[in-house]
Amino acid sequence: MKETTTLKKSAQTDGLSRVDGRLKVTGAARYSAEFNIKGLTYGVLVGSTIAKGSIKSLDTKQAERAPGVLTVITHLNSPKVPGYQDGKPTGNGVFKIFYDNKIYFSGQPVALVVADSFERALFGASQVKAQYNQDNHQTNLRANVNTAKAPHGDGTYKRGTEDAWKTAPVKVEQEYIIPSDIHNPMELHAIIAQWDGDDKLTVWDKTQGVQDARDEIAQIFKLKKENVQVNSKFVGGAFGSALRTWPHEVAAIIAAKALNRPVKVVLSRADMFTSVGYRPHTWQKIGIGATADGKLVGITHEAIGQTSTYENFTEGTVGVSQSLYACPNVNTSYKLVALDVGVPTWMRGPGEATGAFALESALDELSYQLNIDPIELRMRNYAQTEPQGGKPFSSKYLDEAYKMGAEHIGWNDRSPKPGTVNENGWLVGYGMGGGMFGAYRDGATVKAIMMADGNLILQTAVSDIGPGTGTAMVSIASEMMGIPAEKIRFDMGESSLPQAPTQGGSSITASVGSAVYAVCKDLKEKFQQLIGNGGTDKPDYAQVLKQHNLAKLQVTSSAQGGDERKKYAMFSWSVHFVRVKVHPATGVIKIDKVACVADSGHIVSPKTARSQIIGGAIGGIGMALMEEVVFDHRYGRIVNNNFADYHVPVNADIPQIDALFVNKPDPYINPMGAKGMGEIALIGMASAVANAVYNATGKRVRDLPITPDKLITMDVELS
Amino acid sequence: MEDTKHHTEPECEMEAKDNSRRNFIKQSTLLTAIALTPGTAVKAAGMHIDEKIAEAFEKMPLKMEVNGVAHNLSVEPRATLLDILREQLDLTGTKKGCDHGQCGACTVHVDGHRVNSCLTLGVMISGKKITTIEGLAKGDELHPMQEAFLKHDGFQCGYCTPGQIMSAVSCIREGHANSEMEIREYMSGNICRCGAYPNIVNAIQEVKEGGQPV
Repeated sequence: MKETTTLKKSAQTDGLSRVDGRLKVTGAARYSAEFNIKGLTYGVLVGSTIAKGSIKSLDTKQAERAPGVLTVITHLNSPKVPGYQDGKPTGNGVFKIFYDNKIYFSGQPVALVVADSFERALFGASQVKAQYNQDNHQTNLRANVNTAKAPHGDGTYKRGTEDAWKTAPVKVEQEYIIPSDIHNPMELHAIIAQWDGDDKLTVWDKTQGVQDARDEIAQIFKLKKENVQVNSKFVGGAFGSALRTWPHEVAAIIAAKALNRPVKVVLSRADMFTSVGYRPHTWQKIGIGATADGKLVGITHEAIGQTSTYENFTEGTVGVSQSLYACPNVNTSYKLVALDVGVPTWMRGPGEATGAFALESALDELSYQLNIDPIELRMRNYAQTEPQGGKPFSSKYLDEAYKMGAEHIGWNDRSPKPGTVNENGWLVGYGMGGGMFGAYRDGATVKAIMMADGNLILQTAVSDIGPGTGTAMVSIASEMMGIPAEKIRFDMGESSLPQAPTQGGSSITASVGSAVYAVCKDLKEKFQQLIGNGGTDKPDYAQVLKQHNLAKLQVTSSAQGGDERKKYAMFSWSVHFVRVKVHPATGVIKIDKVACVADSGHIVSPKTARSQIIGGAIGGIGMALMEEVVFDHRYGRIVNNNFADYHVPVNADIPQIDALFVNKPDPYINPMGAKGMGEIALIGMASAVANAVYNATGKRVRDLPITPDKLITMDVELS
Repeated sequence: MEDTKHHTEPECEMEAKDNSRRNFIKQSTLLTAIALTPGTAVKAAGMHIDEKIAEAFEKMPLKMEVNGVAHNLSVEPRATLLDILREQLDLTGTKKGCDHGQCGACTVHVDGHRVNSCLTLGVMISGKKITTIEGLAKGDELHPMQEAFLKHDGFQCGYCTPGQIMSAVSCIREGHANSEMEIREYMSGNICRCGAYPNIVNAIQEVKEGGQPV
């Protein structure tokens, strides 16, 4: 078979390599479970085997007698958690582990067995015998849509006339469904908890925000914030799963207190499916109508997502229909169904990724009905100002992104008639889909220390789950100070460092980057004060320090956004182009070519930015083609809780991916002109794949993932 | 072999335990050992009479060489190579991603071949030579595959990276890096959830084409 190689074109190695890369390729980077602390003990959780009810009895005697077992913690003997003592059961955002005998979902921890080795804890956990009073559970979203309720108010939005799409000459009304997807970062969620006396606690914890984790833990255990130290120097992926503090983290802290020894708890891969959130299974319906020349008349977008019985999780699923296109009449509704499952949480492109799959699929369907090219249809409804309130955008170059992507994928080769291009027995199709995500900015503080040898140290409490925060920050500082990256050290991942936001919502480069920018500016000013008038902007810092007999010069600066957000609507945009090949007899889908374009302002760190876009695209391919949580509703239990049965993309599934950037600075959002890109890298990708599959086969799949069984009934002519 | 490390556990009398274990083996034929060991151990544990005796019966000696260093260990037969490396030898570069042989994060070389260390019991590799990610570089000089991963940004979070690199080295050694397609196929036992696959392929191709010994 002839192989298409695009390596030479795609492989881009320019730009700063990761500043923490050497630690990662040599195995020296230590993640949360990897600190060898004296007297360390190992905790293994025992999960509930029922989805709803209560614990009738727990027999822990055998487990306690097992060699090496130090304690078994359950609701019957757990030390009281101060933050749980408000007299209320689990609920309202707090899951109270080992608090009472109530069971809310299958896999809910009912015991923690702690032993002097992992093997002994694991064996001990197998010896815990639980009996339950089982209640009838509900884990099936489709069977319970009649119980859907709006989480806030009536959950609706309207501009113009309601359901105006129905009056349009050309219209589409369809349902789109996504299953629950699991973040499944490669690093298992883990924590080591160590108390120092009754009121001081240190944890090595997988978290996207060391200071938010510190605050949550301090609140739960009623400790002073300054007495809680959270360390998370390396985070092995998270994609949203480590945005909050989960019950297993509290369990480890409880056990460490009970034993007065450090306790490590590492979730199993199976636990990762029940205990740290997921992208919620969501049903959506879109009605969309246009004039014969492709001007949108109206969009109606309804969404019903699943949540848990003990906590509502909401996300902006329908927001994309409110803001992506210039459409005069839009109404949306968003509801939740509470099921006997663990609570969902934000997963890369939260809400928007789900909503964009529906909207961008519907727009594609409309384009075929109108016989207008999908890009042309989008251009005819291009929003020049923010459609909800009419604010100007701070920057928007999505039109350029469309052109760049179309050129790279070879959009001109696309046949407007689906199912008509056959290449050596494979049906070929092209698809595109895009998305948007708010370009946010939080306040952040950075301390900068210029050392006598001319090395610069930057310190702030941000975590890095993988995008390369340290690398981007060093890039900014290097440019600002005029010193090479090798002379800059970026300290992060400790809650005691200066304030930084949690890594989420694609906001870190904008937030912490602005503080790095500010502190470099202030540090340079300090040097100017030393030098006096007429000094160079980027002096030999070491020499200046020596001349003034100083061991170092340090400054701490904060930065936050001003009122630009009141004047401008700020978003990042992306568009994804995909060429697929589908084997008609077997339904096998091959992703043949991908081009992703991000309009995310100025690109601060090209090498890591490219990887972030590629990674998001691959996440979107997983969402489109393989990822799906499967429940056995008889038992209310996930049956594919492992990597053999829950499929994620592997190397053989993925071709070279072209990651392209408009790379024009946003003039208002921050001094670098940089907007976020973590979310938009994934948002819209699933629709691009689905649209390409339709173009190849004429088969429209509206319930993800698009597995071969959904295609082998294809009604297309084989040649 | 540069060095031999004898491992003792804190607050435990390893010598006594080792002796009882050795004596037990000496006094038993292999068949009676198989017949007696589990029952004896379980009984002792179940009755909670003497945990240290139970522990002694449960442990076995393990000699292996890791990154050129010989280790004499005493391990439970159920302990995996992965957990022995991470928890007993503090070689945490080898990662735990699933414990089921489904993700490849724990890939190490055993006598030069890639294996999933989570599916390998320590007692199975007695006398063998293990190379982990920590043993790949020559001092400060990185292995060409480590250099190529840095250059091509073959990772983001870095957690699957040690396994990817160990697999990548084997992929070339096995003669399975002759085309982009072949590399993808033979690297598909190593999941990267951040999605660095194209960069990983590019890194491997560069090392292969560069012709440096791996």
